[in-house]
Amino acid sequence: MTLSDDRSRLGSPAVTELPEDVTIATEEGRRLAEQLADNRRHARKLLEVRNLSTQFFTRDGVVHAVDDVSFEVDYGETLGLVGESGCGKSVTALSLTRLVPNPPGKIVSGEIILDGINLLKLSSEEMRLLRGKKIGFIFQDPMTSLNPTLTIGYQIAESARMHLRLSRKDADERAVELLSKVGIPRSRDRMRDYPHQFSGGMRQRVMIAIALACDPMLLLADEPTTALDVTIQAQILELIRSLSEEFGTAVILITHDLGIAAGMCQRVNVMYAGRIVETGMVDDIFETPQMPYAWGLLDSLPRLDEQKGARLRTIEGLPPDLIDPADECRFSPRCTYARDVCRQKEPQLTDRVGERHAARCWGTEPGGWIQ
Amino acid sequence: MLGYIIRRVLWIIPVLFVVSVITFGLMHSAPGGPWSREKKLPEATVAALNAKYGLDDPIPIQYLKWVGGLLHGDLGPSYKYLDRSVNDIVADGIGTTVQLGIQAFLLSVIIGIPLGVIAALRHNGIPDYLATLVSVLGICTPSFVAAILLLVIFSVWLKWLPTFGWDSPANWILPTVALALFPIAQIARYTRASMLEVTRKDYVRTAHSKGLREGSIVVVHMIRNALIPVVTILGPILAFLITGSFIIEFVFSIPGIGRYYVTSIGQRDYGVIMAMTMIFAVAIAVMNLIVDVLYAYIDPRIRYS
Repeated sequence: MTLSDDRSRLGSPAVTELPEDVTIATEEGRRLAEQLADNRRHARKLLEVRNLSTQFFTRDGVVHAVDDVSFEVDYGETLGLVGESGCGKSVTALSLTRLVPNPPGKIVSGEIILDGINLLKLSSEEMRLLRGKKIGFIFQDPMTSLNPTLTIGYQIAESARMHLRLSRKDADERAVELLSKVGIPRSRDRMRDYPHQFSGGMRQRVMIAIALACDPMLLLADEPTTALDVTIQAQILELIRSLSEEFGTAVILITHDLGIAAGMCQRVNVMYAGRIVETGMVDDIFETPQMPYAWGLLDSLPRLDEQKGARLRTIEGLPPDLIDPADECRFSPRCTYARDVCRQKEPQLTDRVGERHAARCWGTEPGGWIQ
Repeated sequence: MLGYIIRRVLWIIPVLFVVSVITFGLMHSAPGGPWSREKKLPEATVAALNAKYGLDDPIPIQYLKWVGGLLHGDLGPSYKYLDRSVNDIVADGIGTTVQLGIQAFLLSVIIGIPLGVIAALRHNGIPDYLATLVSVLGICTPSFVAAILLLVIFSVWLKWLPTFGWDSPANWILPTVALALFPIAQIARYTRASMLEVTRKDYVRTAHSKGLREGSIVVVHMIRNALIPVVTILGPILAFLITGSFIIEFVFSIPGIGRYYVTSIGQRDYGVIMAMTMIFAVAIAVMNLIVDVLYAYIDPRIRYS
C-alpha cells in the first residue's frame, strides 16, 4: 500500500474519496475528481468537531476538561482558540490528534471529522498514519519538544520518510528545503546540528518545519510563541501565517493572547471552563463581544493609551472546579452582570448578530438585560 | 576530546597514589604480620625474615621501595606463598577473573536493559510486576545463596552442569549467571525508572504527533535518552565484575584472583593486598573514564574540551 491511498481506505463510505495524486485516465476517475473538488468548494468543512467531551479520571473525581464542544474549521482557515490556562484549549488540540494521555485522560464522546474521516472511529494504527501526515502539531516549548540526541535533519526527515515513503536521501533533500523555508540560514550545513545548538526561536522554526514536513491539511499550534521572547514571537507568527497561506494549510492557533488571535485569525472560539462560550469572526468578537468573559479578556489587555502606573485590569476570581460542574453558567461566579437565571440553568450557545457569531450568555440573548 | 582523555588518564595517577598510601598505612597499622602463627615462631626467626624482606625498615621507606618495584612492574614477593611472586599470582588468576566478569557483564546488560524497557512500556502491567519481582529477588538474594541454589538445581538435581572448575564452557554457565543476578536487577531497575521518566518527555509527545511507529519511537526516541543515566552505573558494575568475586570463585572453585581479596588480608600478605587494591582502583578509574567518554557519544549536548 502506498500512503496516497490511505484516504480512500480510511474514508467513510458515504463520501467518495479520491487520492490526490492518482492519474486521472478514465471517465469515472475524472467524475470522481470533480465530485471531490465540488465537495471541497461547497458543503464540506476541513474539520467538524461535534459534541466532543474529553475527561480525566483522577483520584479526586472526573475532570470535565473539554465538555460538549462543537466547532468547524474551513479549508485554509486560521481559527483561534482563546482562553485562560486550564480552560481546555490544549486538551481540545490533543483530542483532535487523539494524543490525550491515557490514562488518566479519555475522549468519552463526540465526533471529530477531518476531511470526511471520523477520527474517533479509526483504529489506533489508522490514526497514527494521519498524525503528521494530515495534521501537523507545533507545541509550546521548543526547548523540550525536540529530541536532544537526534540531529534536527533526522527529526525533520523522519516524518517524510515515514508518511511519504521517501528514501533517506530524498527525505534529507526535503528537510533542507523545509529548513530554508522556515528561515534557517545555511540549512544544508545545519542539518547535522543538534537541538541544543539552536536558540529558542530557531528551535521553534525547526518545530514548524517538522509539523509541515508532510504538507498537512491542518496545523495545530498550541501556544507556539508563549515560551519565546517578544521580539521573536512576531517573527514566528509571521512565519506560521505565510507558510500556512503558501501551503494552503488550515491552522488552529491556541493562545491566551487576544492580541495574537486578532492579528492571526479569521475566526475565534473563546473557551471557558471546558466550554466554548463565544465564537465568531474576529472583528465581531473584538468589536461586539456578546459574553462578559470575552469582555473581561479584552479589558485585561494592557493598552498603550493607559495612564502610567495604572494597575492592569483582571477578572476577579478563579475558573470553577471542573469536577462535576453544576448546571449554571460557569462564568456566573465571576460575572458582574449575573442574575439568578445564570445560576439556575446553563445557557446554550445561541446565534448573535454577525456572521457565524454565537455566544453562551442569558444576558445578551434577545430580550436579555445586557445591551 | 583527545586532550580531555589524556588529562583524565593523567588524573588517574594522583588517585592511585592516594589510594595506595591509605591502603599501605592501614595495612601496616593492623596488628600482626605475615609471620603471625598460632604456634608462635621464635623471635630470632621473625627478625631474620623481617630483615630478609625489608619489613624492619620504617613504613615510608617500605612504601617507597614498593612504589619503586611497581614502577618496574614488580609487585613484590608473597609472604604466604614463598615460592611465588605477586606477579605470578595475579598473572595466573586474572585472565579467568576478567573472563568471568565480562561474561557476567554482557549477560546482565543483555537481560537487564530489555527487562527494564519492557517493564516501563507495560507500566503497572503484568510484565512490569514480573520484572520488578525479578529485580527485587536479584537484589535481595545474597550471591552465595543464589550460587548454591543454582548448584543444587542444575548440578545436583538436574545434573545438567558441572559443580566446579573452569575447564570447559559448561563450567562457565553457573558462575556467570550467579554473578550476573545482582547487576541484572540493578540495571533493570535503573532502566525502568529512566524509561518511565523519558515517556513523559515533550519530545516523545512530539514523536507521537509525527505519527511514527510505536517501535521506532521506543527505539529511536526513547531508549537512547533513557540509557544516559544507565551508562553511569554500568562503569562501576563492570569494574566490580572484572575484578572478581570472592564468594562466586570460592563456591565454584574457580582459579581466579577474587579469593585473594579476603584471604590476603587475613594472612597479612602485604604484597597481594596492595596488588588487589591497585587492580580494583585502576579498574574503577578506567571504567569511569570510559563512561564519561561514552556520555559524549550518547548525548550530543556533552562535548569535552
